[in-house]
Amino acid sequence: MTTQIFHDAPEDRAPRLGWYASRLAIYGMLIFWTVICLFPIYWTITTSFKMAPDVMKGNMLPWVDYTPKWLGWKSLGLSPDTIGAESTVRDEFLQRFMNSAVISLTSSGLAVILGSLAAYGLSRFSYKFGYMRNPDISFFFLSQLILPPVVLALPFLVLYKELALLDTRVGLILLYTLTVLPIVIWIMRDQFAGIPTELEEAALVDGLSIWGAFATIVLPIALPGMVAAFILSLVLTWNEYFFAALLTSTYANTLPVMVASQTGSQGISWWSMAALSFAAILPLVVIGIVLERYIIKGMAAGAVK
Amino acid sequence: MSETGDLLHVVTNDNIPAGRKAFGRALIWGSAALLLLTALMQTLDRTGVVSIGFANWRPTLYAYVFWAVCLCWAQVLIRGEQGKRVLFVLPAVLFVISLVVIPLVFGLGIAFSDWNLASQGGRKFNGLDNVRQMWADPFYWNAMRNMVWYLLAILVEYAIAFGLALLLNAQIVARKFFRVAFLMPLMLSPVAVSWMIGKSMLEPRFGPLARLARLLGWENPSFFESPVMARLTIMVMDAWTFIPFMMIMILAGLQAIPKEVQEAAKVDGANGWKGFWEVTFPLMLPVSITAILIRIIFKLKLADIIINVTSGGPGGATDSVTSFIYREYRDRSNVGYGTLLAMVYLVIIIVFMTILMKVADRWMRPKY
Repeated sequence: MTTQIFHDAPEDRAPRLGWYASRLAIYGMLIFWTVICLFPIYWTITTSFKMAPDVMKGNMLPWVDYTPKWLGWKSLGLSPDTIGAESTVRDEFLQRFMNSAVISLTSSGLAVILGSLAAYGLSRFSYKFGYMRNPDISFFFLSQLILPPVVLALPFLVLYKELALLDTRVGLILLYTLTVLPIVIWIMRDQFAGIPTELEEAALVDGLSIWGAFATIVLPIALPGMVAAFILSLVLTWNEYFFAALLTSTYANTLPVMVASQTGSQGISWWSMAALSFAAILPLVVIGIVLERYIIKGMAAGAVK
Repeated sequence: MSETGDLLHVVTNDNIPAGRKAFGRALIWGSAALLLLTALMQTLDRTGVVSIGFANWRPTLYAYVFWAVCLCWAQVLIRGEQGKRVLFVLPAVLFVISLVVIPLVFGLGIAFSDWNLASQGGRKFNGLDNVRQMWADPFYWNAMRNMVWYLLAILVEYAIAFGLALLLNAQIVARKFFRVAFLMPLMLSPVAVSWMIGKSMLEPRFGPLARLARLLGWENPSFFESPVMARLTIMVMDAWTFIPFMMIMILAGLQAIPKEVQEAAKVDGANGWKGFWEVTFPLMLPVSITAILIRIIFKLKLADIIINVTSGGPGGATDSVTSFIYREYRDRSNVGYGTLLAMVYLVIIIVFMTILMKVADRWMRPKY
């Protein structure tokens, strides 16, 4: 038996109390913040299944504190026993939902197309529009981010009234595209800068036009970035409230406007509001869980140069 | 990477026939003439010189869109390969100009007029009356003061976001789960948040947070009665939705720092605390400043939660500039005054952000 020459220092071999303590602290804080982040969502889901006394007593755990009822969903016309029947509330909800979906998908798509093209052009060629050169044009686009919506809101209200675009989907789509365009350009500029120009040069030598090279070579490589930009735009446009509240009234209302308009009227029936709120956030909760990777990618773009 | 000079050199023989060039020019000028003609007709119709009976300004809009399309197309016709490059940027530029610059110029016109959309009177130019009214409007300046408080709250948000990013960057299991959970608030619409938290969870009688507050010894928890408390509650709710945003940016920055740097610091005898303040934090400075700047930009637009939870109350203690102008318009439907307030806000923002970016730029530049 030989004695071991190399061994850990005594302080490293001692039961590492400090290590366990720090683990405990880290996980404790992680779980604490998870509760803070998720509890409101949990509360909303459970409230949508509560009866009035359950809400008043503040019961929290379904099947333990109270028996879940379809009350909230029934008022929306989305519970199992009302899903077949006629329901004006459900029709309204579905219409608002469709409005939100159409407006946010179209405007995000439009912003990604316009923004990607512009970002590609700016990352590859040098332009000169009057006195404006590339950095100026880039700044022109990005500076739109600073513009607070309230500055545009009232002029747009008047302009749209004259153009008969008030309370139409097209009007909101145009505005939403504008609001997310700088973000898309910012993300995509980063993406295209990371793609070596040699790829396109090879394609050009092989006889493709510049647009052909862009569509067949560059676009597939930049696709993950475009998805990230698209998802981020989708989140912002789906949740947008300010413009929608000002510029729509009856036909083109989006879901946030519907949620907001319900809170004031006729006392609040907690269960139906909870059901409505949850239905409004559900699509994005799903997107957040499934496409989290892209959202993080999108937001991290530009943070790290 | 230099931002000037072509990165992609294309050599093509652009033998554009003179006819094609002429056609391109004709296209631009022809459509421009059409646009002018339509606009002129509509103006005449509106002022009552001729009566054609336009219901709205749509025809001019269509003519404008047509002109924009022709302008893009003509670029390729006239300038060939060079024009195809311009085509990448031109649509976006035209789009932004027509949706930002035109309304802004138009807004400047509105800002100096008395225009009540509800009344039939239409627009009346009233010179500097709006400016005088703004100068004497205590609620507007109160909203500005509130914005300062809201902006200061970003520092706390930043500290929390940094802490969370450090937690997520530590050696932990189920990192993906925690990341998704931490990201969740950002996905939720502010309107839904204001109902879920502001109206439901903070409900003074049976909301769970009020219950918790009572458990912790606060006799009559009311979150929106005293001005300071109401402002704090709004800050907390806004922070709740936007902390994930800063957290993700900081996390990306942390992950970009090579592990060796920390190890080297450890070898040199830095403990955890010192290693953070003297190594990690300075390295994170550029990312932090970017995150804070973007957060400031978003914070300056803060309105949805305030409109839906407190609508500015109690006594304007929670008003942000945006929510104040929104109410100003909703209550009195005076477009002129609201626009002037918004324009002044824009000017203040531009000055403030320019100074801030200059300072940040100087700060970020390596000192040695």
